[in-house]
Amino acid sequence: MNKSSNKFRHLVWPLVSLALLLLFNAIFTANFFKIEIKKKDSVQAVQAPSVPDNPSAAGTSLTTPGTPVDAAGSAEAAANAAAGEAEAAGQAVKASAEQQAPAPKESKGVSIFGYYFYGTPIDILNQGAKVMVLAIGMTLVIATGGIDISVGAVMAIAGAIAALLISMLDAGNFPGASMGPAVYWIIPVIAALILATVAGFWNGMLVAGFGIQPMVATLVLMVAGRGVAQLITDGQIITFTNPGLVFLCNGHALFLPFSVWIVVSMYVIFGLLTRKTAFGLFIESVGNNERASRYAGIEARRIKWLTYVICGFCAGVAGLLAASNIKCADSNNAGLYLELDAILATVIGGTSMAGGRFFLSGSLVGAILIQTLTTTMYMKNVSPAIVAVPKAMVVIIVCLLQSPVFRAKVLSIFASKAAKGGVQ
Amino acid sequence: MDLLQTKGIEKQFLGVRALKGVDFTVKAGEIHALMGENGAGKSTLIKIITGVYPASAGSVYFNGKECKFRSPLDAEHAGISTVYQEVNLLPDLSVAENICIGREPRTKLGLIDKKERKVQARKALARLDIDINVSENLSSYSIAIQQLVAIARALDVDCKLLILDEPTSSLDENEVKELFKVMKKLREEGMAIIFITHFLDQVYEVSDRITILRDGQLVGSYDAKDLPRIEMVAKMIGKTPDEINQMQAGIVKNTKFGETVYEAKGIGRVGTISPVDVSIREGEQLGLAGLLGSGRSEIAQIIFGVDPHDSGTMTMCGKSVNFNSPQKAVKAKVALIAEDRKVTGIIPDLTIRENIMLALQASKGIWKTMTLKQQEEMADKYIKLLRIKTPSGEQLIKHLSGGNQQKVLIARWLATNPKLLILDEPTRGIDVGAKAEIEALTQQLCGEGMAVIFISSELEEVVRDCDRVIVLRDRKKVGEIAGADISLKNVMKLIAG
Repeated sequence: MNKSSNKFRHLVWPLVSLALLLLFNAIFTANFFKIEIKKKDSVQAVQAPSVPDNPSAAGTSLTTPGTPVDAAGSAEAAANAAAGEAEAAGQAVKASAEQQAPAPKESKGVSIFGYYFYGTPIDILNQGAKVMVLAIGMTLVIATGGIDISVGAVMAIAGAIAALLISMLDAGNFPGASMGPAVYWIIPVIAALILATVAGFWNGMLVAGFGIQPMVATLVLMVAGRGVAQLITDGQIITFTNPGLVFLCNGHALFLPFSVWIVVSMYVIFGLLTRKTAFGLFIESVGNNERASRYAGIEARRIKWLTYVICGFCAGVAGLLAASNIKCADSNNAGLYLELDAILATVIGGTSMAGGRFFLSGSLVGAILIQTLTTTMYMKNVSPAIVAVPKAMVVIIVCLLQSPVFRAKVLSIFASKAAKGGVQ
Repeated sequence: MDLLQTKGIEKQFLGVRALKGVDFTVKAGEIHALMGENGAGKSTLIKIITGVYPASAGSVYFNGKECKFRSPLDAEHAGISTVYQEVNLLPDLSVAENICIGREPRTKLGLIDKKERKVQARKALARLDIDINVSENLSSYSIAIQQLVAIARALDVDCKLLILDEPTSSLDENEVKELFKVMKKLREEGMAIIFITHFLDQVYEVSDRITILRDGQLVGSYDAKDLPRIEMVAKMIGKTPDEINQMQAGIVKNTKFGETVYEAKGIGRVGTISPVDVSIREGEQLGLAGLLGSGRSEIAQIIFGVDPHDSGTMTMCGKSVNFNSPQKAVKAKVALIAEDRKVTGIIPDLTIRENIMLALQASKGIWKTMTLKQQEEMADKYIKLLRIKTPSGEQLIKHLSGGNQQKVLIARWLATNPKLLILDEPTRGIDVGAKAEIEALTQQLCGEGMAVIFISSELEEVVRDCDRVIVLRDRKKVGEIAGADISLKNVMKLIAG
């Protein structure tokens, strides 16, 4: 009893904050919790009227958390995104209507059950998928006492290579094009993941191999990464329509958006990898006292290195989701500032920036909290220009609640007041 | 006059009562030894007096006034200076910066007066008769010097009560003598000194009064000259003097040696240690003796692969090996309990169970895991076997006292079932009871066929326990003595040259 309550103590405050936020929405936001079960074929008809009273569909998708620049920065991208999102809001109806034949996977996923959930909470999960995935790798890196601020740029690289390859495949000038668009989309996916993993390997080499401070080492790729992405796409914004790639962030399977299943499977895989093997213990040990860990026979450098590789891989997955979401690779804006959200999610989840104990489940809750907050603000018509302010306030409150020092101070104030009241 | 007085001090940590109503009095102009086993509550009491922790109950009177210090700085302003067990200075700052930190001399413009700072630092060190370059980084000096710098820093404030928590554990004999001279001088100036140590001789050498704690309770305060040594030990561990004599007689030396476990020919490392030969057989206890900095710990580090050797060859159980990282040594069943427990030993935020299983798990790798039940059984076994004082294996190791942390580290390595166990200063900062336990344990392990390399600055221990002793001086091996030739006199002779 005592043991299990200790295990979940770190989750209490983020969950309380999330619950409060949801409660706020339940009271003040109409239809927030309205989840409809839709049948694939009937979507288009129901969808059209539901758009106006649900501004989130357009709002959330347009703006990645806390990035008004996103919209202002590139008009083209914004227009593109808006177009993409309108489609996304239509739950890939077009795709199903126009491209059902070349996308057997999608139609199969739907045709088995034919139903899926639709509503703001589902939208939050879908939109938050990128940060949730990023937070996995970030949590492990931070647990070793490091940080990876290059994940946003790595996302851009992954999206760029995927878009480039898919456009080459569509044009028929890349090996494998003969397999047909229903199959060959897997090639850019794999290529993007490999490239992102290599980027993580590079970060790991700088930090663990050469002992460069993590902030500085990953700053290199943070700055250079977008340049690399530009290089890959030759400065263009490459759009694509391949149903397989589009499915990643816009398709549905087993009642939910496919991206949610990606998140779930990533958390299961990395949860098992860290907690069912000794990997998690070694990460915590290295993060807590690297020298003593080495004296205990742990290959501290290799453990650290590995966390950066994993972080790169996660950034690759997030990059694919981002590209899939807007159906294009925008090197300037893909994943912009998302490293900050990933770090926030990790910290909100109870993992200390100093390294040591880490909590993947906490980071997941943290990422959901951040996305819920963003979505809430768009639904309340908060201007994108000032969205960062209320967001920062909620974040600081959660972080304060997580701090034992702060809680003790508040409690002592209450205690002294109670004592005074008692005397009177 | 009573300078410091505590009344009914209580302290609880996570449900554990570390102090149970302690009354403690120190007079001006006396050196007062505070004695007790590991976990008896000495350090906790000191930390409450100096404001590191608040007391759960009870009060502290200093200079006749009730005080509630909120931080060590508070206490320092009131005139209580402390030197803690482990050196608590900033290694990357210069000596002068360390001595003056928090009270830097200012120029008229309010900027730090660097020249004056150096002057003050030199003055503070001169009081201890130390002459070092105060502009150098602290980390470039040995732990002993660092300890003395910490003491100089404490003296630099205008203090009425000086608390020395294990100040001598990293000092050699001459340095200890110097320190005692300073302590006596300060006593004549009217300063009160609380002195915590595990070296019983030192207690009698300088102390006027002795206060003994056991299990968080006050046993009593005595005049040093009225308290025979054996009785003090008896009061500390709660046994009669007869029982202690039996305990000490119980240590039986193993005399059956087996095959050679480890052999190194001419291993050395430029700038660290000149090439030496080391070999050790099953069941043998090999001592490394020498002064601080003579190369004792360096040999241990080279054998364990922390600092890889750059000359010579090594064989383990007849097979040629090359330990250039601790991982390789651990996999070949070598274990090192290194000298600096805080830096190279404990993982503070992990539990006792996790700290114990760490080395075994590291040798197994990531994939071969132990079930939680296996881990718990292992932790419980060692907690019982080594008498680690803790409510459960799920306690964080940082909440344990120094001696109990050391026992956890021993457990960590025993769990790997090593063939060669290297103990570097395992008894530093540990009380008599635990010392006897560790000595008995190493003998028992030797009896089971383990090879043990034992490093200690206490020559009596080396002489008492070891079957063979390698003597080092100035990072060179100057001799090796075995069997009946091992005596304090012979070892000293070799050390002196």
